[in-house]
Amino acid sequence: MNKLRKQLELNVQLILEKRPQSSGLMNLFSPLLAIVLTVVVGGLIFAAMGKPPLTALYLYFIDPLTSWWSVEEVLVKAGPLVLIGVGLAVCFKANVWNIGAEGQLTVGALMGAIIPILWGEWQSPFALVAMLCLGALGGALFALIPAWLKTHFGVNEILTSLMLVYIAQLLLDWFVRGPWKDPNGYNFPKSVSFEGWHLLPMWGDGRMHFGLVVSLVAALVLFWIMRHTLKGFEINVVGSAPRAGAFAGFSQTKMVWFCFALSGGLAGLAGLIEVAGPIGQLQPQISPNYGFTAIIVAFLGRLNPLGVIFAGILLAISYIGGEGIQIELGISSKITQMFQGMLLFFILMCDTLILYRLKWISTKPNQSTTGHAS
Amino acid sequence: MKKLLTTAASIALVSALSISAVAADKLKVGFIYIGPPGDFGWTYQHDQGRQAIDARLGDHAETVFVENVPEGPDAERTITRLARQGAGLIFTTSFGYMDPTLNVAAKFPDVKFEHATGYKRTDNVSTYGARFYEGRYVIGQIAAKMSKSGVAGYIGSFPIPEVVRGINAFLLGAQTVNPDFKLKVVWANSWFDPGREADAAKVLISQGADIITQHTDSTAAVQVAEAQGVYAFGQASDMAAFAPNALLTSIIDNWADYYVDRTQAVLDGSWVSTDTFGGMDANMVQMGPFVNMPADVKAMAETTTAAITSGELHPFAGPVYKQDGSLAAAEGEVVDLGTLLGMDWYVKGVDDQL
Repeated sequence: MNKLRKQLELNVQLILEKRPQSSGLMNLFSPLLAIVLTVVVGGLIFAAMGKPPLTALYLYFIDPLTSWWSVEEVLVKAGPLVLIGVGLAVCFKANVWNIGAEGQLTVGALMGAIIPILWGEWQSPFALVAMLCLGALGGALFALIPAWLKTHFGVNEILTSLMLVYIAQLLLDWFVRGPWKDPNGYNFPKSVSFEGWHLLPMWGDGRMHFGLVVSLVAALVLFWIMRHTLKGFEINVVGSAPRAGAFAGFSQTKMVWFCFALSGGLAGLAGLIEVAGPIGQLQPQISPNYGFTAIIVAFLGRLNPLGVIFAGILLAISYIGGEGIQIELGISSKITQMFQGMLLFFILMCDTLILYRLKWISTKPNQSTTGHAS
Repeated sequence: MKKLLTTAASIALVSALSISAVAADKLKVGFIYIGPPGDFGWTYQHDQGRQAIDARLGDHAETVFVENVPEGPDAERTITRLARQGAGLIFTTSFGYMDPTLNVAAKFPDVKFEHATGYKRTDNVSTYGARFYEGRYVIGQIAAKMSKSGVAGYIGSFPIPEVVRGINAFLLGAQTVNPDFKLKVVWANSWFDPGREADAAKVLISQGADIITQHTDSTAAVQVAEAQGVYAFGQASDMAAFAPNALLTSIIDNWADYYVDRTQAVLDGSWVSTDTFGGMDANMVQMGPFVNMPADVKAMAETTTAAITSGELHPFAGPVYKQDGSLAAAEGEVVDLGTLLGMDWYVKGVDDQL
């Protein structure tokens, strides 16, 4: 009996087989399916923790949308996620893997902060424009480092862009503890507070700021570029069929430079918007991992700039809702990370199962042919 | 299906509402934590303070907390949320919450705020901190007595005044026993990162330190000390359970009395904005049991603790020399409070540069 079981284990394999054609409808529904699966499994986990699952799910996903204050907070949170996410979506579409948006965000914030910290007396709308430009420039230049390493030395951009994140964070740390420390701040690691035209225009009595407009415009412009321009076509071709792209005369190298400059620039802009908006000064921590969460946002949005807007809002709800259930039901803050992790897991799983199907293969050790077990 | 969903939503809505309704008659006290209460250090002690409110004032107050709140834009939202949900008193328990606390306080003039270790106050924002450096002085003396190599290792979080003050007090204490005592410093650049804290402890031990002390929040460093057979001190809470053979004593932050007093003040309507910087005299800084040491060292530690508590001894009493050799406080003087609060220089003998 035991021997038989052992033989069975040896002889049956599970493999992924590419489907002859994938369903277009399912492709569209995959994120929705992933969300439904996340909610269902999340509810089961709440129940297992002894919390009322329906109340918890209501507080998590619906309650953040029931008051204007929390809707504003969702939008404030979604702003940087969308801005970084649309850049990454284009990048990933072209098969270029920029994992270091968090670092580009940090350098963008540092570059933009040059004006309020070194030229604090320059108060005019142009100062703010210059800050926005410097922010984007800083992020783009920092992103060109992995692009250069990739195109000249063939270094894997996933590793280099990721490792540069830590360099950027330590650079920021050094600046706010060293040369850019507020001289009247009791030696605490903070820059001077930004004032006047060094802060983004706000409206309402909440925290809505001009950066949200930037995010929306960036998403719409990139959507248009991807749909209606030669550049968009080039990105799609190089990403899905590099050889075909090469025959069409599209340069893989230029594509790497373009994608890193674009996604880095947008991440840098997001960083500047954070320090000139909700934070209002430089400090050692300026982002709760927006640059990494934006990777989930890009995939959840099907690498489509319009989809990224919705994905950004959904992820923002997961943060705000996670906080809500922590206060109302005393559930650990780790639940937010768990939901985000489940969401990414399920969407990748659904995607895989749309393109591939599972198949049991049994191999008879003494025969050279393989047969399908149904 | 649709009906089922509607029913479910309304049940959820009703139960969500009833949660808030219970809160209406009691004072709601909110807490924002930088780490998890399970760090067994900084946040753990604040959470002990929170539980003391529940235990002693449970009939009139109830508490709620949010953990792992990063010191950035999220902090402002989290504090706002607590205020919006009816908290009448909010404790923000990390330095980085200073400006977010002030921003929210400006929008909620009727809510009282208490910010730990900061220096900005308004009519409804108090600040509070504790003179942990008093405990540092005591453990510095113990370290100099117990060390064979004459070198201690210090794991710092961030070089802010509070931490630098602790390093200086430790070395000043040690120098009263051994004027040539040396101190090596490693910065973890984090309040709570057990992996990095443990690595820092290993590096310091390999550099010859046979005493480990830390200004970070986890128990990782004392566990490394236990494993490698060197001495260590608990930080923020009594960490004896994590290093029964290595731990000499702990500096314990006692927030419970302060939290209960301030909550009572809000209940009585007598709360006013204040700045509290309490030490051993106010029982905000306590020493754990002195163990794993000979009787004479224990006696010395007890004498020093008593002298600091009575005000007879000030850890920063002159002469205090800076690292560059200049005089910070002459014989008969004490380093003044303003300098202590903004301390950005080392005393002579620290083997590190700021």
